Amino acid sequence: MPELGARPARQGWRWLLLIPILAPLPVGLYNRLEPQLWGVPFFYWYQVGCAVLAMAVTTLVHRLTRPGR
Amino acid sequence: MTVTARQVEIGVFAALLGAMLVLGFSAARWRRPHSLHSLEEWGVGGRAFGNWVTWFLLGGSMYTAYTYIAVPALVYGVGAAGFFAVPFAIITAPLAYLISTRTWSVSHAHGFVTSAEFTRARFGSRGLAALVAVTGIVATMPYIAVQLIALQAMMKTLGVTGEWPLTVAVILASICTFRSGLRAPALLSIAKDVLLLWLVLAIVLLVAMSGGWSAAFRGAGERFTNDVSPASGLLLPEGGWVGYLTLVLGSALAIFAYPHALTGILAARDRATVQRNAAALPVYCLALGLVAMLGFFAIGQGVRPVGGDLNTVVPQLFHEVFPAWCAGIAYAAVGVAALIPAAVMSIAAANLFTRSIYREYLRPGASPREEARVSRWVSLLAKFGALVFILVLDPQFSIEFQLIGGVIVLQTVPAVVLGLWTAWFHRWALAAGLLGGLGTGLLLLYLVPQRAPDGRILKAHFGGSNLPLSQLGFDSRSAVYTGLVALAVNLIITVAATLLLRALRVPAGPDATHPTDYYADATTTAPRHSDALLDGPTRPRVGAHAAR
Repeated sequence: MPELGARPARQGWRWLLLIPILAPLPVGLYNRLEPQLWGVPFFYWYQVGCAVLAMAVTTLVHRLTRPGR
Repeated sequence: MTVTARQVEIGVFAALLGAMLVLGFSAARWRRPHSLHSLEEWGVGGRAFGNWVTWFLLGGSMYTAYTYIAVPALVYGVGAAGFFAVPFAIITAPLAYLISTRTWSVSHAHGFVTSAEFTRARFGSRGLAALVAVTGIVATMPYIAVQLIALQAMMKTLGVTGEWPLTVAVILASICTFRSGLRAPALLSIAKDVLLLWLVLAIVLLVAMSGGWSAAFRGAGERFTNDVSPASGLLLPEGGWVGYLTLVLGSALAIFAYPHALTGILAARDRATVQRNAAALPVYCLALGLVAMLGFFAIGQGVRPVGGDLNTVVPQLFHEVFPAWCAGIAYAAVGVAALIPAAVMSIAAANLFTRSIYREYLRPGASPREEARVSRWVSLLAKFGALVFILVLDPQFSIEFQLIGGVIVLQTVPAVVLGLWTAWFHRWALAAGLLGGLGTGLLLLYLVPQRAPDGRILKAHFGGSNLPLSQLGFDSRSAVYTGLVALAVNLIITVAATLLLRALRVPAGPDATHPTDYYADATTTAPRHSDALLDGPTRPRVGAHAAR
């Protein structure tokens, strides 16, 4: 019988997930109007941009830590 | 006879909603399980959902109609502060990668369908599990109610008044769930997202044709500068970041304590499905960000809410700016987006009751068939309870209870989230912390007044979830999310009581989980059960699994 749920290798890459977790948190830094993007103030497009960042980093971590690589 | 725009809207809305319900009915036959007569089949879809279905289901159950209606309404009312839902939704995704994969593995290894069962196994206390289950159920009920309020707000805008349309919608949706279990909302989520995608494209096109975002933000900026409220604006007011940040963090943690979010995760087929979904879920954040900014667009277009009810801003905007048939599609998208989470939430609440109360205290020998039957009836009860709640009481109560729900469900975080990494906490310390956190949370919410834009106090108590620090005697204009303060109190009590109970040598509960359970995967291990009563003998894999 295979070992029950062996700890997957290369888990250190998961520290990268701190980037998208921390990116939307420094509210004081992005609470501003300029620069605007397509007429949208920085405050809004920065936060929506964090969603794209979260997708990119999480995908990267998933690929790097995938077992059997 | 000519057909008015309203009639077209109502016709398209009713036809699409009707088609959705037919789809929900046929869901029982989708991927054809041997039988729906076990809780694992009815309650978590046989743990067989792949990448796509899981993604649609999670999107359908976490991004609710209430979100699509209330977030732009909040942005319409106060501006920047209402946007908190977007960063909150974003950080849940990487957190889910870390937290939910562990939850999935340990639940897969032991056959759990709720987090209360995990607490029972991890800390060896069925009393603590029952406490977690009751907290989850109490927090979920008003959440179901606000979904129905969102549906009602739409019907109100359509000019459909009276109680019967809402009652009919709830009855039909309940029968769907009763029959098909989690498969109904899963299938509906896919159809809903087709409508949602249409809506998103329509919004993009509309904004582009109406002068773009700069016009919308300019109009909104003018209104916020001219209104009397110091709290509203295109940016957060000075000191406003404290309330914003604590609300983001508190709401993000609460997601991992809410029973309905877990139900979708547990229905995933394997660990990689959970991980891929964590990577793909922020796609919904993009849609949410767009819909949230509709609040500004509505201001620019001069939309006025129906009868002063801010929740009608979005439906009213659709009515005023979309062609009638397109508005009908938009209404149907939001309508289905209300019924899906209501279904998942009622399933989650029912599973909590069945596994942690019914089987633990009422009928310890319940068979899988009996469990499924009990859950079906309880899910029906949960939905009708929510319906009666909003028909009999002032809908405002449901909104207040939902705020309270978020604060109280957060108090189960030490047991259900931190417990994934450590069994150090003592079972009684966790119970004491949970109760202490609940007490603190309720007290703080009681202290929050609701203020009119000009600063007058409209209502002395339960006026919101953010407590002004001045209320606690601090010389500050900032506010803080009450749930996070209550969680801090909860953690202090839990740690102090654990140290005390250990010093007194009070025996801790046995931990039935093994460190490797937290990495268990569908391909490496057959489900193992911590307790012979839990699921009976291991069943052969059915449905999608058998086919692969």
